[in-house]
Amino acid sequence: MAWMAWTWPTAVFFGVIAALLITFTILAIRFPETPRTGVLGIETTRGDRLFITLLGAAFINLAWLGLTDAAQWWGLGLSLVYGAAVFRFV
Amino acid sequence: MEKTQNNRAWFLVLPVLVLVAFSAVIPLMTVVNYSVQDTFGNNQFFWAGLEWFEEMLSSDRMWNALGRQAIFSLVILAIEVPLGIYVALNMPKKGVWASVCLVLMALPLLIPFNVVGTIWQIFGRVDIGLLGRTVSALGLDYNYTSDPFAAWITVIVMDVWHWTSLVALLAYAGLQSIPEAYYQAARIDQASRWAVFRYIELPKMQGVLLIAVLLRFMDSFMIYTEPFVVTGGGPGNTTTFLSIDLVKMAIGQFDLGPAAAFSIMYFLVILLISWVFYTVMTNLDKRDGV
Repeated sequence: MAWMAWTWPTAVFFGVIAALLITFTILAIRFPETPRTGVLGIETTRGDRLFITLLGAAFINLAWLGLTDAAQWWGLGLSLVYGAAVFRFV
Repeated sequence: MEKTQNNRAWFLVLPVLVLVAFSAVIPLMTVVNYSVQDTFGNNQFFWAGLEWFEEMLSSDRMWNALGRQAIFSLVILAIEVPLGIYVALNMPKKGVWASVCLVLMALPLLIPFNVVGTIWQIFGRVDIGLLGRTVSALGLDYNYTSDPFAAWITVIVMDVWHWTSLVALLAYAGLQSIPEAYYQAARIDQASRWAVFRYIELPKMQGVLLIAVLLRFMDSFMIYTEPFVVTGGGPGNTTTFLSIDLVKMAIGQFDLGPAAAFSIMYFLVILLISWVFYTVMTNLDKRDGV
């Protein structure tokens, strides 16, 4: 595994993503849902909303890094707010 | 009849999962690991945090390559999609000539990318190439090795030559699936040729055209081999697209950290656009009840 050049922050990052995927898979099996249509006008399941959240969070963090000098934690906080909005309204 | 539920069938997907893990997930994880570190070789890494991302986001080099890439993709889509539809509309619908046309259209798609690049590299040369000599004989100043405009024209024409047939074949498949009854109804209504295209053929081709646009966009946005063989990214950096710049950075300069940050951003852009296309396609299918 040394060739993959692991670090603790990246291991935690992938661990969180893996945990989210496992959680949402279990949720989908235990509590099947009907897709719903939100503000985007497209049908989404919990998994779709997780994908939209993760992809959007990546762009929010990049934008925060490129456009501001403030600490990156604020970018992460904004991503969490965005994620909550996606799960509520999309 | 009661439907049988057997979740053990999921195990059949395991080989694909293993393959994807080794060919995509593990390399992607490694790239993420590289993007937050610096290395001078010998498998020794030093923590750099978000430094490479900051550097890339403020790098004119990356933004310029992205700009060139976006222009290239938009130009080839603007040419290949209408041209492919036009070719498909004019191809014979049945008989021997339909088969001949299909074989001819498929030929450019069968040629490996580096061979296409080599063909056009020689074809466009002003000293020995048929195209280069002909254009020069017409009195036009054409030299793709020194003139950026000529280099762009060459790369675009090469891509159009290589890939328009894909759009044409997909559009042709869409046209072939239209029942004859639609055309009969149009004839009864004395619909013009344009009306037939606008209200029958185009809507029926919508699904395959979206696939064509998605495939061509993805391929053009990741284009590497053909322009690299023809122009090497030059003259200067005028045809240095994202992949060429990325390879120069990662392998030419051995800047693994910045190149990893660059490739993650590149990946995110492609992921976003693919998701948009996929969502549009699936929603169209649902709307049409497919």
